[in-house]
Amino acid sequence: MAVNTEDHPAHPQHTVSYASYLLIWLGLIALTAMTVAAAGIDLGRWVIITALGIASIKTVLVLAVFMHLKFEDRVFRVFLAVALVTLAIFIILTFFDYAFH
Amino acid sequence: MGMWLFLFTELILFGGMFLAYAVYRFKYPGEFQLAATELDTFVGTLNTIILLTSSLTVAMSITALQEGRKALSMLLVTLTILLAFGFLVNKYFEWGHKFAVGIYPRSPELLARTSGEVLYFGLYYVMTGLHALHVIIGVAVLTFNLVFIARGSVHAGAFVKLETGALYWHLVDVIWIFLFPLFYLIH
Repeated sequence: MAVNTEDHPAHPQHTVSYASYLLIWLGLIALTAMTVAAAGIDLGRWVIITALGIASIKTVLVLAVFMHLKFEDRVFRVFLAVALVTLAIFIILTFFDYAFH
Repeated sequence: MGMWLFLFTELILFGGMFLAYAVYRFKYPGEFQLAATELDTFVGTLNTIILLTSSLTVAMSITALQEGRKALSMLLVTLTILLAFGFLVNKYFEWGHKFAVGIYPRSPELLARTSGEVLYFGLYYVMTGLHALHVIIGVAVLTFNLVFIARGSVHAGAFVKLETGALYWHLVDVIWIFLFPLFYLIH
């Protein structure tokens, strides 16, 4: 399996422009404003779903652009997906166990 | 590669805590809501903006280094470290205020409350405390990088150390992205 070593990156160098970073940052700030504003509205059971939904969108932006996942090998994205799915399964199974206790 | 594997272990560490949080919030929705009103949303929002901005500056420092602009890169890493300190100072005053009003683990004031509120503040201290510890480690990692860039061992042709440090820093940011609405925004 090809592993990228420190001195010999297997993938070409990607330089992300300052402008795209700034754009992502603006998006993140806007989403923060949205989540604070949404918390002021009584959405009932949708409160937690809205909050987690916005947090997930922010995370995708950070992962894709700030953490360069968009430009990485597919193997990194597959690894991350496996880790996140595992975590999701833990949480879902716990709630099943909890609900039928 | 190694850094990503390490970040997965971090995901499991914090994931376990988020799981504990989810179960208790499910069990004590009212108490969590009541306890959360004692957190200052303004400070939480300010710290969110500080961390997001610090992620921006550290990401830009890599671009600057790749372009061979060493001074700019160092300035951006320094800004990141300063923002991290800003975050910690806010956290210090926030915790200090909680202690001043008698809300800290096992305080008589806290133990007199319902178990849901005790659990909320327990999770609050453990999760934001562990996160703050990560911020401190991140500051150390970024400071090392600053020295490496200054000495020239990290440069346009070899910037993996800075990239790795930045990855860790972004993870700290991502964890806060979830901590913020879960603790500050449940009114």
